[in-house]
Amino acid sequence: MKRGAPVLALVLAAMWLVLNDTLAPAQVLLAALVAAALAWWSARLRPLRPRLHRPLLALGLLGRVFVDIVRSNLSVGRIILGLVRDRDIRSGFLEVPLELRDPHGLAVLATIVTSTPGTVWVDLSADRRTLTLHVLDLQDEAAWVRVIKDRYERPLLGIFQP
Amino acid sequence: MTGIESPWFAVPVALLLVAGGLLAVVGSLGLVRLRTFQARMHGVSMGGTLGLGCVIVASVVASSAIAQRFVPHALLVTVFVVITAPATAMLLMRASLYRGRER
Amino acid sequence: MSALIDGAAWFASGCFGVAMLLALWRVMRGPAAEDRVLGLDTLYVNGLAMLLVFGIRTASGAYFEIALLMALFGFVGSVALAKFLLRGEVIEP
Repeated sequence: MKRGAPVLALVLAAMWLVLNDTLAPAQVLLAALVAAALAWWSARLRPLRPRLHRPLLALGLLGRVFVDIVRSNLSVGRIILGLVRDRDIRSGFLEVPLELRDPHGLAVLATIVTSTPGTVWVDLSADRRTLTLHVLDLQDEAAWVRVIKDRYERPLLGIFQP
Repeated sequence: MTGIESPWFAVPVALLLVAGGLLAVVGSLGLVRLRTFQARMHGVSMGGTLGLGCVIVASVVASSAIAQRFVPHALLVTVFVVITAPATAMLLMRASLYRGRER
Repeated sequence: MSALIDGAAWFASGCFGVAMLLALWRVMRGPAAEDRVLGLDTLYVNGLAMLLVFGIRTASGAYFEIALLMALFGFVGSVALAKFLLRGEVIEP
């Protein structure tokens, strides 16, 4: 088994330096040592190694998710304050067929779905083919399925499963 | 005028603080007003994402203005909250479904 | 500290205080146990935000570290409670 995870070590070292709020040479050295040791030691805890293809696509996805978080916050806020009066708000469960199988990709999808208010991840079927979500404003089921598949799943497929 | 007294820092920080506070109140209001447990979870994720996010950005801007350099350490709170929120939400959702079936 | 930021910080503290009271109402009211856990979860997130606002107002770094600890321990607490509701056990053999 290949040992050492350079990305994990870099992230850990960056976190150490940010937490200490310093760039002193001694702290940088300490950060490098701690991060390398932790990354080497935790390699056996992570049997699956994520492989990031197309990092630019990941950056684009990050920006898109940020915009979606702001937008869905505003729409959920309007529902809570009772500003949507022209129709009934119907919330319910939604099933989305998935093509994404990579566990890291699914973890990122769970983070995206949960951090946008209005959708909460409920369950993934045992064969990883169907995802169940709870949607607050389930007006048009097909539109929600399209949003999940086109906006989030397609870029994730490109990033984790080329 | 430098640092935190400058309007270039003070106005964005003040706006972010007001926005964050309002978002958190609306999110918690959802916790009280919405009728089912599943619907209430959406209100909570509002205060936890954008409400907290506004305050954290305000904190980064303010501490950077005071120290006269970029101080990003409050962003670590965002990282932790964003990474951990799905685990809590997923477990609570499953718990509610499981207990709902039992009752 | 400019008066503008001070006023905004007081306003935000008030908002988070109200949000914490609403969450506390949900903790006491229930009706189901998972509602109470959700209320506790909201309570700690809003408390964490309030501490960050205090940190801005007092220009002190100590509040940030407490907020970080609250983020970590609040998560562990919520997950343990949710896991207990789900399985009747927190750490399964």
